[in-house]
Amino acid sequence: MTAPPCKQTPWQTVGPYFHYGLPWKGAADLVAGEGELGARLDLIPEGHYLLGADRAERGVAAGEVVEICGSVFDSDGNAIDDALIEIWQANPEGRYASDADPRAHLVVDPNFIGFGRCSTGPDGVFRFRTLRPGRAPGPGNSLQAPHIAVGVLGRGLLKRLVTRIYFEDETSNADDPILALVPETRRSTLIARRDGAAWRFDIRLQGEAETVFFDI
Amino acid sequence: MDVITYNREAADQTPSLHPPYGSSVARSPRQPLVRIPQTLTETTGPGAVWDRLMGPAMQDLTTQHKGEPIGQRIIVSGRVLDDDGRPVPHTVVEVWQANAAGRYIHARDQWDAPLDPNFTGVGRVVTDEQGRYRFISIKPGAYPWRNHKNAWRPEHIHFSLLGPAFATRLVTQMYFPGDPLIPIDPIANAAPPEARDRMVSRFDIETTQEGFALGYVFDIVLRGRGATPFEGQP
Repeated sequence: MTAPPCKQTPWQTVGPYFHYGLPWKGAADLVAGEGELGARLDLIPEGHYLLGADRAERGVAAGEVVEICGSVFDSDGNAIDDALIEIWQANPEGRYASDADPRAHLVVDPNFIGFGRCSTGPDGVFRFRTLRPGRAPGPGNSLQAPHIAVGVLGRGLLKRLVTRIYFEDETSNADDPILALVPETRRSTLIARRDGAAWRFDIRLQGEAETVFFDI
Repeated sequence: MDVITYNREAADQTPSLHPPYGSSVARSPRQPLVRIPQTLTETTGPGAVWDRLMGPAMQDLTTQHKGEPIGQRIIVSGRVLDDDGRPVPHTVVEVWQANAAGRYIHARDQWDAPLDPNFTGVGRVVTDEQGRYRFISIKPGAYPWRNHKNAWRPEHIHFSLLGPAFATRLVTQMYFPGDPLIPIDPIANAAPPEARDRMVSRFDIETTQEGFALGYVFDIVLRGRGATPFEGQP
């Protein structure tokens, strides 16, 4: 037996053809997990979309439903139609559906996992249906404002870019320990704005108003 | 709340910008990343809920259609470890790949190689208690792309891993030993040479199954975690 390798495996891009490999049907609907939201069935021939075909039944999660949509723009301002957005978030109580969240007194809704994926569509737009998250603890005794962790993948992205979605109407944003680490002039790139009944969160990979990406 | 944090990204990890891979130029940030402490957001992740989330495992890519796919049958197996050398159990490993002729079952792949009606090229398995995984597939072919003159991607299988937390996410590509396209591939070489070689699987006679399939072993290393909570972050 040789000793196990202990150096991190390098990141590689998902490339242009991830649509039949990653976004299962309903991956962008974190509330009910039904339908085809998040998938790109238009890119895969009949009979070859095998993701999410036999998922177990899941109930509908309880809480304030929010729809979040946006585009991913390249340096030329083009909305790219081959990106994949992943999100991870707490439930409305601020609890993560994870064994690594030690706060057992906070209820985990079995119908809400808090992880989702969405391909950008032919129009370059991603669209999630999820629950508005509660506040989770931050470093020390701090409390974070409600937020959603975001990973951006796609053709041309050699590794995941990490950002966060905050909500513009949250007064607690002013006390958020992570937002406080972001230069004030760039914080607006992390704030989703009301757009009719939905929330708008655009991601700019480069150029003017480049989105803040985090080293975690 | 103090959390047990994960090791940071290694210094030799792939950069976002690697100009020889042309499409990385317009799609990589120019501002420095903002370093933040890991909070519960980054140290948690979906647990053993893969079936409910994504559906049941698909560990044999050669039996997803009516007939058998064309090509060299392979068994790919290995362990998922972290960079402290610990196994990563119960984590989901998603794979997708081209067929034996190097063609993807995707509307945007239009090069002149045949599709195989019996091969989609997608799979998903979950690691066991020791972090082991295994799936059966067909050896993918190389394929041309338009990055530069006479550009061909080496044979590869895409791997996607979540690991235990948001911070441990990894998407990589597994290459095959001895492939002459590896040293001239801009995507593989976005990683420094020594790191690049960690993405090359090895042929393994032990996992090769007599009269059935060739065995390739590919171990994957995610970010591990420090042993003690880190006080007073950041």
